[in-house]
Amino acid sequence: MKIKKGISLIDQHDQFGFWGGKFGGSFIPETLKKPVEDLTKEFKKLRKDKKFIKKRDYYFKSYIGSPTSFIKLENLTNHLGGAQIWAKVVSEANGGAHKIYNATVHALLCKAMGKKYIVGDTGAGYAGKMLSMAAKKFGLKCKIFMGAKDIKRQKPNCDAMKKNGAEIVPVYSGSQTLVDAVSECMRYWVSNCDNTHMCVGSTVGPNIFVKICGWSTAQISRELKAQLKSEFKRIPKKIKLINCVGGGSSAYGFWSEFIDFDKKQIELIGVEAGGPKKSKLHAAPLSRNAKIGILHGAASYVCQDNEGQINETESISAGLDYPGVSPIHCFLKDTKRARYTYATDEEALNAHVMVTKFENLNPSLEPSHAFAEAIKIAPKLNKDTIIIVNSCGDAQKDRDILKERLGKI
Amino acid sequence: MTSLINETFKKAKNMSRPALLTYTVAGDNTKKKSLEILKSISAYADICELGFPHNTPIADGGQIQTSAYRAIKNGIKINDVFAIAKEFKISKKTTPIILMGYYNMIYQYDENRFLKKCKNSKIDGLIVVDFPYPENKNFSKKCKRQGINFIQLVSPTTSSIRLKRIIKDSHDMIYYISMLSTTGGKLKVSPRKILENYFKIKNQNKSKNVVIGFGITEKTIKSLKKADGLVVGSAICKEISKSIKKRQNAVTNVTNVVRRLKNKII
Ligand SMILES: Cc1ncc(COP(=O)(O)O)c(C=O)c1O
Repeated sequence: MKIKKGISLIDQHDQFGFWGGKFGGSFIPETLKKPVEDLTKEFKKLRKDKKFIKKRDYYFKSYIGSPTSFIKLENLTNHLGGAQIWAKVVSEANGGAHKIYNATVHALLCKAMGKKYIVGDTGAGYAGKMLSMAAKKFGLKCKIFMGAKDIKRQKPNCDAMKKNGAEIVPVYSGSQTLVDAVSECMRYWVSNCDNTHMCVGSTVGPNIFVKICGWSTAQISRELKAQLKSEFKRIPKKIKLINCVGGGSSAYGFWSEFIDFDKKQIELIGVEAGGPKKSKLHAAPLSRNAKIGILHGAASYVCQDNEGQINETESISAGLDYPGVSPIHCFLKDTKRARYTYATDEEALNAHVMVTKFENLNPSLEPSHAFAEAIKIAPKLNKDTIIIVNSCGDAQKDRDILKERLGKI
Repeated sequence: MTSLINETFKKAKNMSRPALLTYTVAGDNTKKKSLEILKSISAYADICELGFPHNTPIADGGQIQTSAYRAIKNGIKINDVFAIAKEFKISKKTTPIILMGYYNMIYQYDENRFLKKCKNSKIDGLIVVDFPYPENKNFSKKCKRQGINFIQLVSPTTSSIRLKRIIKDSHDMIYYISMLSTTGGKLKVSPRKILENYFKIKNQNKSKNVVIGFGITEKTIKSLKKADGLVVGSAICKEISKSIKKRQNAVTNVTNVVRRLKNKII
């Protein structure tokens, strides 16, 4: 298994959609073959269409607010006394997280395909909020599937979805979290694929959804590459790009431009949700050695039992609370291009506390997992090492959880 | 040698009626009960489909999900499903049994080991909901080598080129999904339209047995009786749920439903 240079990772799959011969694919019911094929053709055409690219770039700039800033966290760096710590503040993007890139592209695709309805899944509520925003902007009717447990714990984002005129469909099956929301959303699409477009909220699901999402979030690393050059004159000699990984859309977007670099120069570190310290449950299929399985139409490392039943997961962060992960990250893991680890709920909370104490930055619980790893390794490194954390979400949505766990507002 | 599935369709045809296919979830609500239900309904059902319960079934609606979650909660394992099927085949040698499930179960069990176990349990056919054509080509060949019918699905969205290819590579039976829906949906397409689509498939190769499934209930079954076979699933699972809730005998109640279904098509 090998990564090819000079070709975008999203295109390095075989004719059946598998990366490295075994991750990804399209394990879908027959009914979805046609809509998936239609979408695949449309995307293939549009991504080469100069007018479409122009349109995308226009909305990325004028609507999403690209580029998001790249800043040095001076106080945190001084406090930890090792490597330099920087942040790419993707939470500045319209809506407060990277999910807006994928949502915007899906809304544009939906329009291009002449569909008037768009549906999507959400865990932390950001994917849902952003899809509802994009739907409103482009005049589409929008339905969001969300686990009942997540509706309770991510209320601010639910309020935003409703304000944007989207219907939230609560999902009560299973663990009532993201995994169930994605299942229910796919079921809805099976029944309504003739007039409805589906957006998968991360780089997961059948092959084409992995590609579209990765293509959308890749904007983050295009910006970062330019910002690195302007800040340091050239790409520094020792960089560590640290990103939380739920489905993996933010991490892929943060890394895509840098995958061809030698890992001694640019190390890619993915941080999964380790769950509560005392719990056996987690949402870390890559770093805790789950086996390959099929979930939501793709083969990936999946938290499951040896009979193929999907395991319940547990994480303080709704956005990372998912038993599967992108096939692209499985590929990056097996080729050893990226390294994956996890942070526990407690470590993420502590990281959130430390970052907000030292910096004018308010990372949500998802990127707080990435900060936990940065805080862990920075003191052991010297100041020539540039750690960059993707601060991909704003903690506004987590205010209830933070209040409960930390007693603050 | 012709398959038991083929023979069964022939018999029904000779009686000028469609074959009745039932779907129940293995282990719903216990291993013992689901075997009893199978044995009892096979007095009326021509072919029994037995579902592997899965906890993330992306193509199933509420009724079958409920049955599956119930079975899993009661501890059903893959080997139990085979044990139920095997036991059933010992007493009902001439009733074909078709296992139905999601690909991850087969993948975890290992394809070859799974098929060996199928053969050993006298399984007649397999339906894998999320393993479409052409990805399933190799597996379908493996099934054939073991004398197991791999049943291809086609749907209203299947293009005509695709349909031709699928039919060409299919075994004895093809499953036509009546409408855009998960299992358990209300029939939202007219029976006339469904049959029109059905004959587009059937007329391409008359030797294939084409069945219609999804949305078939006691109310709708009669209108589709021109098909080679009709599959009823959610209506049966719903009856099991109802019986459990009312603390009634699920075996009797479900058997009554299946008997009434059969009476509507003879
Ligand atoms: C802020 C934020 N970060 C990260 C994630 C995890 O998703 P992904 O791994 O696809 O970036 C989510 C998901 O909801 C999120 O809202």
